[in-house]
Amino acid sequence: MANNKTIHEPLLHIVKRDNISIAKKISIYAIAILVSLLLGGIICSIVSPRGNVGKFFTSLYEGCFGTKRKTWLFFQEFSLLLAVSMALIVSFKMKFWNLGANGQILMGGLASIACSYYLGGKINESLLIVLCVLSSMLAGAIWAVIPAICKALWNTNETLFTLMLNYIASGLVNLFIAIWVTGGSGILNPLAYGKLPEIYNKYLLIVLFGIIITIIITIYLRYTKHGYEISVVGDSPNTARYIGINVKKVIIRTLILSGIICGIVGLLLTSGMSNNISADKAGNRGFTAIMTTWLANCNPLFAIATCGLVVFITKGMEMVRPTFGMLDDTISNLVIGIVYFFIIACAFFVQYKIVFNAKTTAILNKIATPFIWVYDKIKLGVLFIIEKIKPIFNKIVKKENTEKEDK
Amino acid sequence: MNNSVALELKNITKTFGKVVANKNVNLTLNKGEILSILGENGSGKTTLMNMISGIYYPDEGQIFIGGEEVIISSPQDAFKYKIGMIHQHFKLVDVFTAAENIVLGVNDKFNLKEVNSRVEEIASKYGFEIDAKKYVYNMAVSEKQTVEIIKVLYRGADILILDEPTAVLTPQETQKLFDVLRKMREDGKSIIIITHKLNEVMEISDRVSILRKGEYVATVDTKDTNEKELTEMMVGKKIDLKIERTETDFDKPLLEIRNLSINGDDGSRKIEDVSFYIRGGEILGVAGIAGCGQKELCEAIAGLRKIENGAICHKGESIVGLPAKEIIDKGISMSFIPEDRLGMGLAPNFSITDNMMLKTYNDNKGPFVDRKTARKNAENLIKKLEIVTPSTETPVRRLSGGNVQKVLVGREIESSPNVIVTAYPVRGLDINSSYAIYNILNDQKANGTGILFIGEDLDVMLALCDKIMVLCHGKNMGIVHAKKTTKEELGLMMTGSLDLAEVKNKEYGKAKDSHLTEKEWNEQQAENENKGGNDNG
Amino acid sequence: MVSLLASAIGFMPFFLFGCTGEIITEKSGHLNLGIPGIICAGGAGGCLAVSIYMNSINGATPNYILLILISIIGAFLLAGLLGSIYAFLTVSLKCNQNISGLALTTFGTGLTQFVMKNFVDINDISTASTLFKLNLPFANSLGWFGEIFLSHGILVYIATAIAIITAYVLNKTKIGLHLRAVGENPAAADAVGIKVDRYKYLAILIGSGIAGLAGCFFILDYIQGGYDSYYIMESLGWLSIALVIFTLWKPNFAIVGSIIFGALYILPNANIVASITTQTAIKKVIELIPYIVTILVLLFISISGSKKAQPPASLGVNYFREER
Repeated sequence: MANNKTIHEPLLHIVKRDNISIAKKISIYAIAILVSLLLGGIICSIVSPRGNVGKFFTSLYEGCFGTKRKTWLFFQEFSLLLAVSMALIVSFKMKFWNLGANGQILMGGLASIACSYYLGGKINESLLIVLCVLSSMLAGAIWAVIPAICKALWNTNETLFTLMLNYIASGLVNLFIAIWVTGGSGILNPLAYGKLPEIYNKYLLIVLFGIIITIIITIYLRYTKHGYEISVVGDSPNTARYIGINVKKVIIRTLILSGIICGIVGLLLTSGMSNNISADKAGNRGFTAIMTTWLANCNPLFAIATCGLVVFITKGMEMVRPTFGMLDDTISNLVIGIVYFFIIACAFFVQYKIVFNAKTTAILNKIATPFIWVYDKIKLGVLFIIEKIKPIFNKIVKKENTEKEDK
Repeated sequence: MNNSVALELKNITKTFGKVVANKNVNLTLNKGEILSILGENGSGKTTLMNMISGIYYPDEGQIFIGGEEVIISSPQDAFKYKIGMIHQHFKLVDVFTAAENIVLGVNDKFNLKEVNSRVEEIASKYGFEIDAKKYVYNMAVSEKQTVEIIKVLYRGADILILDEPTAVLTPQETQKLFDVLRKMREDGKSIIIITHKLNEVMEISDRVSILRKGEYVATVDTKDTNEKELTEMMVGKKIDLKIERTETDFDKPLLEIRNLSINGDDGSRKIEDVSFYIRGGEILGVAGIAGCGQKELCEAIAGLRKIENGAICHKGESIVGLPAKEIIDKGISMSFIPEDRLGMGLAPNFSITDNMMLKTYNDNKGPFVDRKTARKNAENLIKKLEIVTPSTETPVRRLSGGNVQKVLVGREIESSPNVIVTAYPVRGLDINSSYAIYNILNDQKANGTGILFIGEDLDVMLALCDKIMVLCHGKNMGIVHAKKTTKEELGLMMTGSLDLAEVKNKEYGKAKDSHLTEKEWNEQQAENENKGGNDNG
Repeated sequence: MVSLLASAIGFMPFFLFGCTGEIITEKSGHLNLGIPGIICAGGAGGCLAVSIYMNSINGATPNYILLILISIIGAFLLAGLLGSIYAFLTVSLKCNQNISGLALTTFGTGLTQFVMKNFVDINDISTASTLFKLNLPFANSLGWFGEIFLSHGILVYIATAIAIITAYVLNKTKIGLHLRAVGENPAAADAVGIKVDRYKYLAILIGSGIAGLAGCFFILDYIQGGYDSYYIMESLGWLSIALVIFTLWKPNFAIVGSIIFGALYILPNANIVASITTQTAIKKVIELIPYIVTILVLLFISISGSKKAQPPASLGVNYFREER
């Protein structure tokens, strides 16, 4: 092929992978997470000479599981984040970018607190609690379904719409606080009525909710007709239409579900904790959950892992701070940001592989040859040893069994 | 070298994996001439043109421009050598004006006034009508095509390649285009035109080159040939494929279509006043060049596209305007293999099991889906059709093209439909898989199912189908008995040179033992004005 | 009223820088949800640069022009750096734009706090800020005209200039045409030889840099080095993204839009409202107006479907050239 002489072959080009084994996938992610945490640890030790990388990791662990209370806090936070993640999974699976979870949480909390504020003491406490629960579900659902309806009717961009609704929600919370709290302190004191009952301790209710909702959503998505329809709409809207799925109805229905879950999270964060509300009650969980959901590839079981990881780092950093003598938590965001970037980059490496041009591949192969040689020899050695051990091992087992039988 | 040769291809070969798209193709284009490239689907014409315009790179062979060998490895190279290609699918920015689109990417100093005047200069030189300040989203299809042509002329193209330019034009617009092309030819430009319409080939081109199944057949001077000869060269001799045609008793018409007219996405008429019917136990083939309206016809029958006019009746009941699901429930099943195979009918990331459930997931009672039955069906299907897959849970997008089609067709058969509409079911399949599909269709036929078979291989259709209808540019050119027709006759109809329907009377394509009376048909048609294609989101 | 308008214009650069920067990015087809983080980082960058400069002159009076220049460059660089991370993720690695942007916001705000607490001396900033507020000497003597239009720090005029230049470049130059094509139909741009990836990178980098100036303005000019108000920058950053929609992706509209949003931001605490009511509640409602207005604009353009008011057709979609 004389022609190819004049073609300049680029150094590398990117090829979509056909297939990747689960083992490889997990190892890529595991390496990325470790490296990013190492990097975080290194940055921390540079900033504050009081600590080192080893201490970094131990502090992370202690921050989450060091004391009984801390462990409960860890699981509480884990459950909350997981619940929001579930809400987002059903939405993202349809490729509907619901960035408004924060707002939906706030509206749920607001509805519940409003019930307690206006009806507290005037009606039966159990009835009040029921109303709180129902109203939070309703409020969350409404807040989520408005952008869904607009998307269905007019194809309004849901990314921006849900984003804006977040700020309106926090604005509404501020508004109500301003109405309720005279004296302009802007802080609502814990209400007397409408606090959710405790189960065993103040954390278990939330943890149970997290577990239950994860199970429900996993089953919903995988085994029900609704879940099937969601998957079809997300995978191939054309196919969905062809087999008669009413795509608009599915979008609206799913967002109602999403909103309900967020609303309940809002309920838990307010009436389920200190029974008050403020504009930052959602605490950015809505955004964090977007990350964990996406990083989990919209799979509920993977979401358990990603939420766990994020909460681990967040809570862990709370311990790293005092250990390292850092006065504020700015470093938390930094470390989490680094971990995010690495995992996002992973998503790329899992989907694509880099193919170097012939020249470079040859060079790389040459460099790798001795390492591969060593690796092969080690592998052979290990297999050899295993072969030798097996018969001895079998003999021991047989002997034990016969001894047992004799007895 | 010879200075009157604008472009020459020698021994060009291009392979994609195992598929040989072009094999040892030779082509010569002279200066100041219009050359037609003629060939069926799969003949390799588009791949060849893509290599000239730099989108693909040939595996073997050489390209010469003006006598000198050149390497065209990107569209920019093609511009450098003054080659301009006008694709079938326009690449224009909707919110820009014509002038802005034309000057996009050109490296001169930016001055819209100058661009406007130069555009008008070019336009008046060749006889185009164009408003350089008009926005593309306001333009009709022919105007957009004009913009694309001027785009390459603006860059000084001397060699122009037009890919099926008249597919989107009315006859009047086609004439205007031809006038323009003639003026360009007088100006010394060299033009390659890909077209299927033999009448146009005869009218506009100086010479014709024919490709068949990736290989170069011949080049003839237009004035020395005729449509019959060209057709023969294009379709070649008949090959006996030894496909069995099951003999069945034909039933009353299951699906009847009268005076159907359908518009495409771009607003142009894709199906024009077509009537035909399918009997139970009969395979009706639909032959036609790509883009002759088959896709729109299938979509209309399946309830996914609205019709402008006409009536569609299934066992005497109109199905126009019904939602797609209801049409499926009535027993009309469609397995349509569009260009990307996974676009419609299959969900690419779903497993085979989940894809089997696509039409039946709602049938069982209760909120849960029944994967067990679907999995068993999948297993049966895999065995029956010898589908190559690691398991029933493999995502469908990982299967090879042929296996994907087997899943698709196989699933349709599972629901025991009474009308099957299948398009290109064996496209890309190897011999054994193709025969498996033919056997399935024959089995269905023996059961009394009516089958509408849209295909591209005339040999296959001649062997398998009972009757064949030929569409050309949306019109029904004739329905013939497969046993009584020839490949040449089909070829002539496909390219518009032979119109049997015109010869016969108005009753063409209408069954004598129809379910409905004439009066009832007329009532249906009146009801159906502009109906159909329910938009369920 | 006059003072309201004057204050609004005084705050306008924040929105204008952010909005103009994001318009440039979105015109290339990329929705950068990392803008709030980038704005914060720009603030940090500007402060860092000023700190270093002030340190080097050791207590002497800073040179006005040098100070402004250094702060702008510092802000632009740090913001641009963060923008380059976003660009790398979404253009080269083709990652999801929303996710990459949100990750960047998290990282950016963290980085800002980190830099501000550990590397910047607040006193230096306070000293420097007085210079930012310097305005034209004769402004006060020109009555209401002078008060509204001429009595502002230099960043107001720089922001306006940048917006006008951006509008010009986008609409009247070849580069602008190419960029718009990339955002509308990258396949068409690619077909005529425009280097799509290169334009995207440039648009994201420059857009991020300009947006970063908003942070620089906020810390150095507006709050004059005040300590804990950084979180406000982040939520106002989202308003900048909203403003992009509100102004229909036109930088010239952005000038007016920024003034309007600036007014709405000031309004709850302005004298004019205080004279009408002291109810905090009403003030809270007024705070919501920018967001409500943005939603209305969003709905309006999606319902009307007018071709000219739409976002760039390829917004949010990563370009992947098909088999070549």
